[in-house]
Amino acid sequence: MADPPHRRRAHVRSSDLERYAGLFAQRTQVMRSSAMRDLMAVTARPDVISLAGGLPDTSTFPPQTFAAQMTRIAQESAAEALQYGPTEGFRETVDCIVEVMGAEGMLPDPEDVIVTTGGQQAIDLLCKTLVDPGDAVICEAPTYPGAIPVFCSYQADTIQIECDGEGMRIEELEAALERLDGEGRRPKFVYSVPTFQNPAGVTMSLERRRRLVEIARSRELIVVEDNPYGLLRFGGEPMPPLYQLDGGDFVIYIGTFSKILSPGIRLGWAVAPPPVMEKVVLGKQAADLCTSTLTQYFVREYFAAGRWREYVSSVSEIYRERRDAMLEALERHFPPQATWTEPQGGLFVWATLPGYIDTGDLLAKALRKDVAFVPGQAAYVDDRGRNSMRLNFSAGGEDEIREGVRRIGKTIAEQVELYGALTGEHEAVPAKEPEEAEPNVVPFRKAEGE
Amino acid sequence: MKVAVLKGGRSLERSVSLRSGARVEDALERLGHEVLPLEADGALVRRLAKERPDVAFVAMHGLGGEDGTAQELLEILGIPFTGPSVAACVRCIDKSLSKHELRAGGIPTPDWFAFNETAFRKLGAADALGGLEERLGFPLVVKPSRGGSALGVKFAKSQSDVPAALVSAFSYDERVVLERFVGGRELAVSVLGGEPLPIVEAIPRAGDSYDFEARYEIGRTSFVCPAQLDDSEAAAVTEAAVAAYDTLGCSGFSRIDLILADDGPQILEVNAIPGLTDTSLLPQAAEAAGMSFERLVERIVDLALAERAAA
Repeated sequence: MADPPHRRRAHVRSSDLERYAGLFAQRTQVMRSSAMRDLMAVTARPDVISLAGGLPDTSTFPPQTFAAQMTRIAQESAAEALQYGPTEGFRETVDCIVEVMGAEGMLPDPEDVIVTTGGQQAIDLLCKTLVDPGDAVICEAPTYPGAIPVFCSYQADTIQIECDGEGMRIEELEAALERLDGEGRRPKFVYSVPTFQNPAGVTMSLERRRRLVEIARSRELIVVEDNPYGLLRFGGEPMPPLYQLDGGDFVIYIGTFSKILSPGIRLGWAVAPPPVMEKVVLGKQAADLCTSTLTQYFVREYFAAGRWREYVSSVSEIYRERRDAMLEALERHFPPQATWTEPQGGLFVWATLPGYIDTGDLLAKALRKDVAFVPGQAAYVDDRGRNSMRLNFSAGGEDEIREGVRRIGKTIAEQVELYGALTGEHEAVPAKEPEEAEPNVVPFRKAEGE
Repeated sequence: MKVAVLKGGRSLERSVSLRSGARVEDALERLGHEVLPLEADGALVRRLAKERPDVAFVAMHGLGGEDGTAQELLEILGIPFTGPSVAACVRCIDKSLSKHELRAGGIPTPDWFAFNETAFRKLGAADALGGLEERLGFPLVVKPSRGGSALGVKFAKSQSDVPAALVSAFSYDERVVLERFVGGRELAVSVLGGEPLPIVEAIPRAGDSYDFEARYEIGRTSFVCPAQLDDSEAAAVTEAAVAAYDTLGCSGFSRIDLILADDGPQILEVNAIPGLTDTSLLPQAAEAAGMSFERLVERIVDLALAERAAA
C-alpha cells in the first residue's frame, strides 16, 4: 500500500535548503522580517494585552445585519455572487465608493476607480505598475509599516521624509527632490497617509497639503494618497484630501472599506488617471483576476440600507472614548521623558522615548508583563525610530487600554531609572518593586582569576 | 513507542521552538512512533501525567525550555527526556555561570564581566564601568546572560555606547555579560552523545555580524560544513568543544558556539538544546556526517533512554 500523504511538508534536508536558497529571487533578499516576526509571534499569545495590532473593533458590527444581508444575497443573487466578476470591480461597488469619497468632498469619475483586495493590494499594484528595481520612492518617516515590505519587494530605493505635528516636512521633501534631480533621478511617487497617519497619528496641515499638491503639479510628480482613516474623525476641522485639492491629475488615491465597515471583506480601491489605471487593471488581472464577488455584494447590500454613515459615526465615537482613555493613561503612566501624539482620529498614538531606549528590546521586556506594542523601527527602512512605538486604541476596551499603557509605562520607567543609575545622571534608587530585586548576588566579579 | 514532543512555551524563541518541534514530530512519525505533540502551556504537566509517554523530546529553546524548567518537571514525573540534564541546562543557559565553569576547567573563553541589575541600582556599579576600556577594550559585546538567541546582543564601540547597550541587554535578563570582542571565524560544533559532529562555519552574507535575523533566515548566512580548516585547527576546535560539553556536564546533545581566533578557539556559549529547524546547525552537521534527520532524532531518543537505563 502506498504511504498516506503527509500532513506536513515533505522532509527537508539542509542540502535542499541551499538548493532553495539558490532559487530565491533577488527581491526576497531585501524583504525584512525574522527577529521582529518572532517577537511579534509572542504578542499573539492570548494572555497578552496587545496594543500592537491595527484592528478595527468588528464586534461593533451588528450580527443580525450581517446575517440578514448574507441571506438576502443567497436568496436573490446566489449564482452571480458566487461567480467571477470584472477585474475593475462591479459598477455598483464603485457607486458605493463614489458615495464614500463624496462624504469627504471628493468627486471621482467612476471610470477612474478600480476595486482592489483591500487597500494593501492597491499599494502593491501601484508599485507593480510604477516601480523598477532601484527606483526612488518617497514616503513619510515614520510610514505605514505595511507599505515597507511592498516597497522592498519591488526593490525600490525608499527615501523617508521626517514628519512633525503637521505631517510630512515639505521643505525636506523639496531638498530630497533637488538631490534626486542632481543625480538625474525622477522619483516614481510620494506615498503619504496625510490624515490620522498610521503610525504617527498626525494629520498634514492644510498649508502643507497645498504645497505638496503644488509640487506634484509643477514637477509632474505622482503623489499616492492613502486615506483609510479620514472618516474616523473625533475632533478638529476636516481637511480636504490631496485628491480633492489636485483634482486627480497627479494624486492617485487609495481607499478602503476596512475601517468603515470590515477588514475581513478585503475591499479597497484605487483612483488613478486612465493611463495609469489601464496598467493597474492589467496588473490586477495577473494577480487575482478580480476582487471577491461575494464581498462586493455584501457592500452593495450594506450601502443599499443607507446606514453606513451612522455606523461610521458610532464606531468613531467608540474610538474617541478609547483614544481619550489612552491619552489619560499615557499622561498618568508614562515617564516625563516620553512624548506622544494626540490624534484627532484614526487608530494610533505614536510615542517617543529617550534615545537610549530601544523599543525592540523594550518589547521583549514588556512581553514578560504580558503587554505588546509595535516597535518604531517597523515604520522605517533605515535605523531610525528605534526609540519610538505605535500604540493602537481601536481594538480593545478602555480598561484593557489603561492596563496595557500602565504596564508599558512601568517597563519604561524601569529602563529610565536603570539608565540613570548607569550614567550617574541621578543617584541610583531602589527598584520600585522589591520582589524584582535579587538579594545575595555578587554584584560583579573580575573575569580573570583573582 | 509513545514520544511526547514538547514545544512552544512563553520564551522569545517560541516560534523557533514550534518549527523545531514540527520537524521532530514529522521525523518521529516517519520512524513509526506514536507522536504526542505538546504545547508547553498550563496543561502540560496534566497531559504528561495522563498520557505517560515513554520518552519526552524537548524541542524548546530559551527560558522555560532550555534552562532546566521543563527538565525538572519531567524528572518529577519520572519521564525520560532528550538532551542535557537539569544541572547542565542550568549551567549552559547562564553565560556568566558557564564562562566561570569553563575558565575554572581551563577552557578558553573571552574575558568578561558579569553584572547584575541590582549592582547598578543599589551598589553604584556604574562607577566600575570606567575600567572597561583597559580591561576588555572596545568594541565589546554586551549580552543578556541568559537566552539562546542573539536578541538583545549589542556591540559597544566606545564607552558612550555602554549604558544604552546595558539597558537593552537588561531587557532580557537581570544579569548581563560584557565580553571582550574576539575577531575570527565563527564556528559551531555539535556534540552528539559525547562525540563531535563535523564543524559548521557561519559566514554572514550581508552586514557585519552574525545576528538574530541571519540565524534563522534562509539565504542570509551561508553555512559551510565541514568547515575548511587544517587538521591542527580542526583538532583544536573539536577538542575545546568536547571539553566544554564535558565540563558543563552535557549529555545527549548540545551545540558549542565558538570563535577561532589567531591564538586558537575561544568558546562563546554552549546551547543545551540547539535549534532543529530547517536552517539549524545541528541537523546540518549530522547530515555532513552522513546522518539523516530521522536518524539524528532516533539517536537522540536512544541516548535519552540509555541515560535512563544507566541511571
